Amino acid sequence: MPAPTDVNIPAPSTLAMPSPGLPPFDYLCPDDPDEVVALLLQHGRSARLLMGGTDLFVQMRDGALAPRVVIDVKRLPGMRELSFDPADGLHVGAAVNMNALAAAPAVQQFYPLLAQAVASVASYQLRTRATMGGNLCNGSPAADTAPAALVLDAQCVVWGPDGERTIPANNFFLGVRKTALQPGEFLTRMEFPVPPTGYAGRYIKLGRNAGGDLAIVGVAVLGYPETSAASGYRFRFALASVAPTPIRVPEAEALLAEQPITSGLLSQAALAAEDAATPINDLRGSARYRKAMVRNLTRRALDDVWNQLQAEG
Amino acid sequence: MTTHHITFTINGAQEEALVTSHITLLAFLRERLGLTGTKNGCATGECGACTVLLDGEPVNACLVLAAEIDGADVITIEGLAHDGELEPLQQAFIDHTGTQCGFCTPGILISARALLNRNPDPTEDDIKDALRGNLCRCTGYQRIINAVQDAAKAGG
Repeated sequence: MPAPTDVNIPAPSTLAMPSPGLPPFDYLCPDDPDEVVALLLQHGRSARLLMGGTDLFVQMRDGALAPRVVIDVKRLPGMRELSFDPADGLHVGAAVNMNALAAAPAVQQFYPLLAQAVASVASYQLRTRATMGGNLCNGSPAADTAPAALVLDAQCVVWGPDGERTIPANNFFLGVRKTALQPGEFLTRMEFPVPPTGYAGRYIKLGRNAGGDLAIVGVAVLGYPETSAASGYRFRFALASVAPTPIRVPEAEALLAEQPITSGLLSQAALAAEDAATPINDLRGSARYRKAMVRNLTRRALDDVWNQLQAEG
Repeated sequence: MTTHHITFTINGAQEEALVTSHITLLAFLRERLGLTGTKNGCATGECGACTVLLDGEPVNACLVLAAEIDGADVITIEGLAHDGELEPLQQAFIDHTGTQCGFCTPGILISARALLNRNPDPTEDDIKDALRGNLCRCTGYQRIINAVQDAAKAGG
């Protein structure tokens, strides 16, 4: 067996352009969830969890984050497991990578909305590493998988100082990069209930290009037949990148449940989505543009879902 | 800063090394192993110039820690040709002039190799999807797509 090679990197002068480095940190790979909790409590904000690293390392390279400790949690038991049960729904370990998630037969068959949302993220090679758990925990308003989690009524299962607890996705996002995770807690899996019978869904992402840029606007719409609703249907709406957190649009949901569905009512629901959006101006788009796009894309997604429901009904 | 003893295979050869915690796979390949075919472009996971195969799947080496490849199998552009023979995909890029300055080419070949491994008969849209994370500022992409289609037809 050859001796391990030298720890030190050769002087950068041996290469025309050395690779940019990350700031130094301790890299820890605990194999027990309680050890992770202890480390998180011990190091507080100077510790960061690592799953795919596609957001963490970019932020560290940019100087936005400089954790002293990076805790790799993707090898913990269950973190990379995905299972589906017709009675219980879909369980996705927080560190299941996005390509594995989108390719899972149960996701393609029963949760195509989730596969659409995941496929809209960046590129194939980024998705080999990126995880839906990480996407949610970053707490970005633009998280592409968040609208799907919201309209599918996902539950976020976390492990912490008091063991396991469950946070509905609808209560998970508190602000820009702020989630409901308490000190010492980390996300272990997402649970998706069995979707409503006969449902249809659509995620539309508007980026500056088709090449996986962050969303300017993301719109998820899910609809299903429901005899208890006056209209005979219920819809769920969620928006990304147009408020401090990903949001549901209860006003539009109520509108479409209360009266017979007409083309005019679909337009009113799209307007309600626009009204619910409180976007900012940034380099990807102005607030005014974003609001107009919320209306247009909500109408487009809604038309698509409505047509699917009509075709099935 | 922590130090990690890693064992891995690189282009088919079993190796081991001591690495510090903050060294990326990209820096490790280029500066420690001398495998400079893997390029350092944006260092933020957007350009794809550093794409390598990690356990058979393409990743951006700039966003992976060297310490994370313990027990893994890594293939770089240097691992595509065998016994002095280019692999069919590489030859197709030459035949179609699918390369100009060449900086993006190793990453594109690795992404294309991964595509053909999981889908031997891709449509043009499949190819575009698979190469979405690889930027090329010279060719306009069409010759690259033609080369991948041709290699697929030839069973490459």
